[in-house]
Amino acid sequence: MINEMQILEGSKAVALTVKSCRVDVISAYPITPQTHIVEDLAQMVADGETDAEYIKVESEFSALSTLIGASATGARTYSSTTSQGLALMFEVLFNASGMRLPIVMTTVNRSLSAPLSIWNDQQDSISVRDAGWIQFYAEDNQEACDLLPIAYKVAEDKDILLPAMCCMDGYILTHTFEPVEIPEQSLTDEFLPSYQPKYVLDPENPLTFGAYADPSIYTEFRYQQHDAMLKAYKKFEEVVREFEKVFGRRYGLVEEYKLEDAEIVLISMGSLVGTMKDVVDELRRDEEKVGILKIISYRPFPAEKIYKAIKDAKVVLVLEKDVSVGMEGGLLSDIKSFMYNREDRPSIFGFSIGLGGRDVTIGDIKGLVSRVKRREAEEFEFLNLRREVL
Amino acid sequence: MKLLPGGIVKPKTTVVNKTGAWRTFIPVFDEDKCKKCGICETFCPEDCISIDENEFRHPDYDFCKGCGICAEECPADAIEMKYEEKE
Repeated sequence: MINEMQILEGSKAVALTVKSCRVDVISAYPITPQTHIVEDLAQMVADGETDAEYIKVESEFSALSTLIGASATGARTYSSTTSQGLALMFEVLFNASGMRLPIVMTTVNRSLSAPLSIWNDQQDSISVRDAGWIQFYAEDNQEACDLLPIAYKVAEDKDILLPAMCCMDGYILTHTFEPVEIPEQSLTDEFLPSYQPKYVLDPENPLTFGAYADPSIYTEFRYQQHDAMLKAYKKFEEVVREFEKVFGRRYGLVEEYKLEDAEIVLISMGSLVGTMKDVVDELRRDEEKVGILKIISYRPFPAEKIYKAIKDAKVVLVLEKDVSVGMEGGLLSDIKSFMYNREDRPSIFGFSIGLGGRDVTIGDIKGLVSRVKRREAEEFEFLNLRREVL
Repeated sequence: MKLLPGGIVKPKTTVVNKTGAWRTFIPVFDEDKCKKCGICETFCPEDCISIDENEFRHPDYDFCKGCGICAEECPADAIEMKYEEKE
């Protein structure tokens, strides 16, 4: 068993991991900044390094529709997209989850137009929160890779059967070279058995998927999806324990960082957490009681884990790269909504940050922590707003 | 019967599901006017009009959705669309 550490571009590392998951069918449409992932996969298929079928299509709508057909025949399927591409898939996202097909997709996080922006934020995936897909967020490239076999194993479980989206920040992760461990094929094979669905499309035994449901029965289909997502919470915890046994790396629905005695808790998802950890390290040297709760699984939503982690804090700061226009950030709303009926409630502040690829610095985060301490922050605000141009 | 997740169903659901229940107007065939030309049967999008031993046409009301195409096409005006009273 040799796991070689390699210096790889994030996109390449993801493509190699997809290959190691023994995917049967890939269909995707290139779009910046996801392009390198699908170029690398297309190259691997062309070079005969994998037996996967790569089906070329004319749009993201068709890419995901193709995978619905493939997944229904029992194939393990993969796609990747971002931003406008994910928006174009909107209708198909609900078909995939409604037909209970465990498609796995890397969503490279990018802002949505207009105005046109190709840079990173998380508005795209947060905007499809309610599509019935599992959503994981990666802090670094190792996580972006490891969450893929974990996603397949959770998604393909007979009690779950939901599609899964592994989100990674565009450019910040996809175009960055980092040390990554791509495990030996035998290890991935040991962890991830082949997909064996009970019902498949087969001309010899015809079935209809996603058939008509009238008002007397539609609610029950939606409840089945809801129930499966709740079950995915426990299933994820089981699967990451198995992952740790095989690969030696530990994951959870959330990750706690220096939270033991923290009075101020910062919450976020994705690559921003890396910067936040440096901030917390610096603040801890100044004896500030600050910690981080990183959300890896946004759906299933780890409400109890979040509650446990923040109930004894004085103040919670939610930093996120999205906004529900006219309201506040999506993660902030979710956290506040389940905290409302709890006894111990810290003050919760939210910040939309790093929109459209704006860099988030250590100074930015330190600044907002000190503003919250001085009670100068509003309940929700756009961080670093350039008022001089408004 | 328990629901299969994903809305998965076996074939022939259309035999069980009587789509004629969707109908608002019902075609009524007048055998005195009928010329037995078969145009109604040719145009019926549900393919639910059958021929009896005397070559008269009869819609299958279990599946006729009352679209009215047969009445529109009939050259002898032998088909009348009537509002269907339902309990």
